[in-house]
Amino acid sequence: MPAHIFSVLVEDCPGVLSRVTGLFSRRGFNIESLAVGHSEQPDTSRITIVVSGNDTQIEQVKKQLNKLIEVIKVLDISEAEHVERELALVKVKAEPGAGRSEIMQVAGIFRAKIIDVGSDSLVVEVTGDSGKIAAIEDLLRPYGIIELVRTGKIALQRGSAMAAQGK
Amino acid sequence: MKSGAQILIEGLKEQGVDVIFGYPGGVVLPIYDELYDADIRHVLVRHEQAAIHAADGYARASGKIGVCLATSGPGACNLVTGLATAYMDSIPVVALTGQVPTSLLGNDAFQESDITGITMPVTKHNYLVQDVRDLKRILREAFHIAGTGRKGPVLIDIPKDVSTAMVPDVDGPDQQPRLRGYKPNYQGHGKMIQRAADLLVKAERPIIYAGGGVISSNASAELVAFAERMCMPVVTTLMGLGCIPTDHPLNLGMLGMHGTEYANYAVTESDLLFSIGVRFDDRVTGKIETFASGAKIIHIDIDPAEIGKNKPVDVPIVGDARSVLSDLLKKVPDSCPHPEWSKKVAAWKKKHPLRYSDDGKLHPQFVIRKLAEILGEKGVVVSEVGQNQMWTAQWFRFTRPRQWVSSGGLGTMGYGFPAAMGAQVACPDQPVVVLAGDGSFQMNIQELGTVAQYNIPVKVIVLNNRFLGMVRQWQQLFYEHRYSYTELPEVHFEKIAKAYGIEGSTVTDPAMVEQAIRAALDHPGPYVLDVRIEREENVFPMVPAGANISEMIVGHHTTHEEE
Repeated sequence: MPAHIFSVLVEDCPGVLSRVTGLFSRRGFNIESLAVGHSEQPDTSRITIVVSGNDTQIEQVKKQLNKLIEVIKVLDISEAEHVERELALVKVKAEPGAGRSEIMQVAGIFRAKIIDVGSDSLVVEVTGDSGKIAAIEDLLRPYGIIELVRTGKIALQRGSAMAAQGK
Repeated sequence: MKSGAQILIEGLKEQGVDVIFGYPGGVVLPIYDELYDADIRHVLVRHEQAAIHAADGYARASGKIGVCLATSGPGACNLVTGLATAYMDSIPVVALTGQVPTSLLGNDAFQESDITGITMPVTKHNYLVQDVRDLKRILREAFHIAGTGRKGPVLIDIPKDVSTAMVPDVDGPDQQPRLRGYKPNYQGHGKMIQRAADLLVKAERPIIYAGGGVISSNASAELVAFAERMCMPVVTTLMGLGCIPTDHPLNLGMLGMHGTEYANYAVTESDLLFSIGVRFDDRVTGKIETFASGAKIIHIDIDPAEIGKNKPVDVPIVGDARSVLSDLLKKVPDSCPHPEWSKKVAAWKKKHPLRYSDDGKLHPQFVIRKLAEILGEKGVVVSEVGQNQMWTAQWFRFTRPRQWVSSGGLGTMGYGFPAAMGAQVACPDQPVVVLAGDGSFQMNIQELGTVAQYNIPVKVIVLNNRFLGMVRQWQQLFYEHRYSYTELPEVHFEKIAKAYGIEGSTVTDPAMVEQAIRAALDHPGPYVLDVRIEREENVFPMVPAGANISEMIVGHHTTHEEE
C-alpha cells in the first residue's frame, strides 16, 4: 500500500489536531508521520500527515477530513509532483580522536551540520527526504547513536499551485 | 453589560427556540437562574439521557432543531448515548452543557469531565467556550451547523465563569459565524443529473431506494411525483418510512433484514438502483457483494463521504435530495412505463405478503394494525428498539413524512419513550403513541414522572412478552434456543403508571385490543397500555446477518395477510 501525504489546512484553534488524528485512529489507520505548524495565512495551521492505505480507504479518509468543520482544505500531495523534507537530530558517541573526525566527514558529505559538540558526543542536524535520513542514520550507527529525533514529513506541491483555497 | 447566561438565553430566542429539555446542576445554576423568568419553556426530565432523546424526538417530528441542557460531569456524560443516536440518524440537536470554571479546567475538579473530548466522535461539531465574547458567535455557528448540510448534533460546553462573566453586549462582524471550512453543497452537478436522467429513462427494471435523507430534506412530495412519473417502485429504509404512504401502489415497504420479501426481491432483480439519502447500511444490504449486484447505481446524498463508502456507484450526485429531484423532474419524460417489470413486482407483492398467524392468540402485528386503523392519517408513531420497532415498521400504515420517530442507526433501547415526549411537545395537537417492548420501556421508564408532571399526553403501548424479544429471537434461530439472560420477570406496568398518577390498563385478550386503544387515545393525559402479547412471536421475514437479502427466513404459513 503506497504512502499518501495529506496536507491539511485547518483553523488554528484548540482541539483541531485531536479531531484530525481522531479520524485516523477511529478507522484503524496508523499515522506514519505528522507535522504541524502555522501556515502562510493568519489563524490557520497546516498539518502534514503521512498514512498508508488502499485507494478506497484513502478516499474515505480524505472525505471524512473534509467533513470536519475546522478543516479548510485537504490535499493529497502525493498525487502530484512535489518536494518533501524531514529533519533529524542525531546525538552520536564521539570520543576525541579519529572517530570524531570521521563523523564530521560523514556529516559533510550529507550536508549535515554539527550543532553541538560535547566532550564525548556530537549532535548532527540533517535535512532531506526519508531515504537520505535513513542513509546517514545507517552510517552513524557504528559510532553509537545515543539518541535520535526526527520531525514528521513536510511537503509542498511543485510550481505555483497552492493548497490554500477553500473547500 | 450582560452576563454570559443572558447572552445564551437571548441567543436561543434569536434561533427561535421555544422549548429546552434539561436537568439542572451546580455549574448551570447561572443559566437556570436566567431561565427562571425567560419566555422559553423548560421541561424538567428525570435523567439527562431523556433530555437529549426528547430534543431529538422534537427535531424529528417538527423538522426544527431540538435543544437540551445538562450540567457538567455526570450530566454531560449522560448525554453521550443521545448524541450518538442523533449523530447516526443525522438529527439536528444542540446540546448545551455546563463546565467547571475555566480556572479549574483539566484539574479533575468536582463534576468535571472532558465532554468535548468524549463527544468528538459522536457530534457533527462541538465547542468549549473559553471566552464569553465568543458565545454569541458560537451559538449562531452551532445552530447553523446542526441544521444545514447533513444535519447532526452539536454540543456547546460552557464553563461556569463564562456564564457569569459580564460583558458589553455587542453584535458586530465578530459575532457572525466564521465558518470558512463549512460549505455544504445543495445543488447537484448538472452533468451528473443529466447522466442520471439518461440511465433512468433507459432502465428496464428500475427501483427507488429512499432513506432518511428524503425526510430530512423535505423531499417526499418530489419523491412521490418522480416515482409516479417514472412508474418506479419504491423501497425505503427504516429511516425513510413515511416518505411515501404505505398504501401507495408503488410502495414496496421496507427493504433489508426485516424488509418485505417483495422489496428484497425487487432490489435484487433490479437493473437500476436509484438511491436517495441512504447509506447502504449493513442491515439494509446484507451481503454487500450480492446487494443489487445486477444494477447500475445512482446515489444522491448531501454528504460526499457517503457516496461510494460501502458500494461503488455509477452516478454520484452530491446535493440536497429535494433540489436534485426537482432538477431531475425537469429532465425526464412525462411517462415512462415498465409494464413487464411492474407486472413482476405486482406478482411478488401478491404472492409474498407480510403475514402473521391466525391462531386467535394476541399477536403484536394485530395490535399495530388496529392502532393504524384507529389513527388513520393522524398521529405520530414512535418506537423503541427491537421487535416492537420492526413490527411497527412493517405493520403500521404511514401516511406522511415525520410521522415516524425511531432510532435507526444506533438502535438505542430506551430512546422511544423520551423521544415521544419531545414529539408530543412539538406536536401538541396530534396523538403521539409509543410502541415499546417491556425491555426498552424499562430503560427510561423514569420519564413517567416527566409526562405526569407536565401532563404530556403520550400513549405508551407496551408489547409485553417478558423477553428481550429480538435477542431471544436470535437465540432461538441461531443459538439453539439457549435463552441466555433474555427472560424478564412479569411487571405490572399499569400499576407503575398509577404510582406516578398516570392512567393505564392491561389487555390479555385480542377481542379487547381495539377498545383498549380507543380508551387510551381518548384519555386526555398520558396513558400506559400493557398488552400481553404472544411471548415467542418472531419478526419475519428475516435475512440472517451477512446473508444475501433475497434469502429470507419467512416463518409461519396459516396466516392473516396484509391487504
